[in-house]
Amino acid sequence: MALSKTAHIVTAYGEELDQLNDELARMGGLVETQLTTAINAIARRDAGVAGEVRQREKQVNAMQVDIEKRVLRLFALRQPMATDLRMTISALKISTDLERIGDLAKNIAYRAKDLSAYPALGLMDRVERLGAIVIQQLHVVLDALSSFEVEPAIRVWRADDEVDERYNALVREMLISMGEDSSLVEPGVHILFVAKNLERIGDHATNIAEALHFMVTAAPLEADTPPAS
Amino acid sequence: MPDNQSHSDSIAGAGEAEQPVKVQARDVCVSYSGKQALNHVSIDVPDRSVTAFIGPSGCGKSTFLRCLNRMNDTIEGARVTGSLKIDGLEVNDKSVDPVVLRANVGMVFQKPNPFPKSIYDNVAYGPRIHGLALSKDELDAIVEDSLRKAGLWDEVADRLNHPGTSLSGGQQQRLVIARAIAVNPEVILMDEPCSALDPIATAKIEELIDELRENYCIIIVTHSMQQAARVSQQTAFFHMGNLVEYGTTEDIFTNPRDPRTQDYITGRFG
Ligand SMILES: Nc1ncnc2c1ncn2[C@@H]1O[C@H](COP(=O)(O)OP(=O)(O)O)[C@@H](O)[C@H]1O
Ligand SMILES: [Mg+2]
Repeated sequence: MALSKTAHIVTAYGEELDQLNDELARMGGLVETQLTTAINAIARRDAGVAGEVRQREKQVNAMQVDIEKRVLRLFALRQPMATDLRMTISALKISTDLERIGDLAKNIAYRAKDLSAYPALGLMDRVERLGAIVIQQLHVVLDALSSFEVEPAIRVWRADDEVDERYNALVREMLISMGEDSSLVEPGVHILFVAKNLERIGDHATNIAEALHFMVTAAPLEADTPPAS
Repeated sequence: MPDNQSHSDSIAGAGEAEQPVKVQARDVCVSYSGKQALNHVSIDVPDRSVTAFIGPSGCGKSTFLRCLNRMNDTIEGARVTGSLKIDGLEVNDKSVDPVVLRANVGMVFQKPNPFPKSIYDNVAYGPRIHGLALSKDELDAIVEDSLRKAGLWDEVADRLNHPGTSLSGGQQQRLVIARAIAVNPEVILMDEPCSALDPIATAKIEELIDELRENYCIIIVTHSMQQAARVSQQTAFFHMGNLVEYGTTEDIFTNPRDPRTQDYITGRFG
């Protein structure tokens, strides 16, 4: 049974669910900004974003705490059922993934500062490209979340294999490069961390896709899930 | 209404029922003085489990329960059609004695209704009229056993001669359950049994229901979604005389298929 568009008889209850979704959307937007800022900092070799990123990180954490409180309150006072139950549970799970993504994006921003001390390297282009794909994954799944659409979520979920492949290819390439030229080892380690963080963010984006799919369809998103019509 | 057709040719079963079917309804229709109260209800209720009936007031839940022990016979203008079987035996068959049927199908109502007699006599009444005890000792044993099964023995053992009405509401409800159990029923119907009880008394009844389901087929009507979710294994949703949806309680409360079920259990305008 898809999500209901009918209003709750108890208006305040419906409003609380709406506010939960709004807060989740705001948190998603903030986390997306974190990731974009971090990847841009790497591309522009910008060492100056750490302060801004740290500030937003605090906001993201506070939002997660707020969402947890709202969910707890809904369970205690409203005992959500059916789609409302799935929505509440999914919001809690998604907020946890968003918090983790925010944290990983912050780590990437810090690595951007370290990397700015090195001359431009071809490997940086490659990690930026991985970053662009992961930003896209996150963007699509958050968009799908705000409109409760499963079809884009399924696409994001399937595309995670590509993220993993690119990550693995990048690691292989770097091992070879660092073996050939030991001056690449220091920046290479930073780039490896960035790549690993991006790969982890990709996983969290698929978690969000799974939670969204369950929220809307009540079924788990699995390898044999057919593309949504 | 499309429901009439869909439920007359498709039989609602809750799915993964492990227990044999105890109560089988096919195309049951009830009208009161020509006004339709139940439309072609077909359902399989499994034995040794709790099945909850939910739905807005007036949707026909009590009417269906009354079919099972032929209480509708006593209502002027009530007309029942269709087939209703308990253990494969047609309830409405001329050969069925309603008095025997009502011993086999116990009923517990919203308001506890102990007889104006002692606690002992409340429980002993049924076994006496059905001749289930051959001696005073046997009757004592039935009374004690029934009160134990109803979780009331420890609270009343020392005052069996006190009036049943002297007990608290929750105790009275358990006394009524003991009274039903005393005549060896196989099916126990409960029509909003906790509506008049406080949360502690309600919890005790729910615990009791959970114990009783090992030995009985229990059908409970409740207006509390939480109660239906807590005590039952199957849930049936009725709406305007139709059985709209029937499934495992978990499915009904996490993923109802019909928008009417969804709107009802999530508290939305239907
Ligand atoms: N004894 C009766 N005489 C006439 N109409 C009745 C009687 N009992 C119930 N009804 C009608 O049948 C419908 C179903 O009632 P009921 O089974 O009591 O619903 P529920 O138990 O779900 O609240 C309602 O429209 C009600 O008015
Ligand atoms: Mg009723």
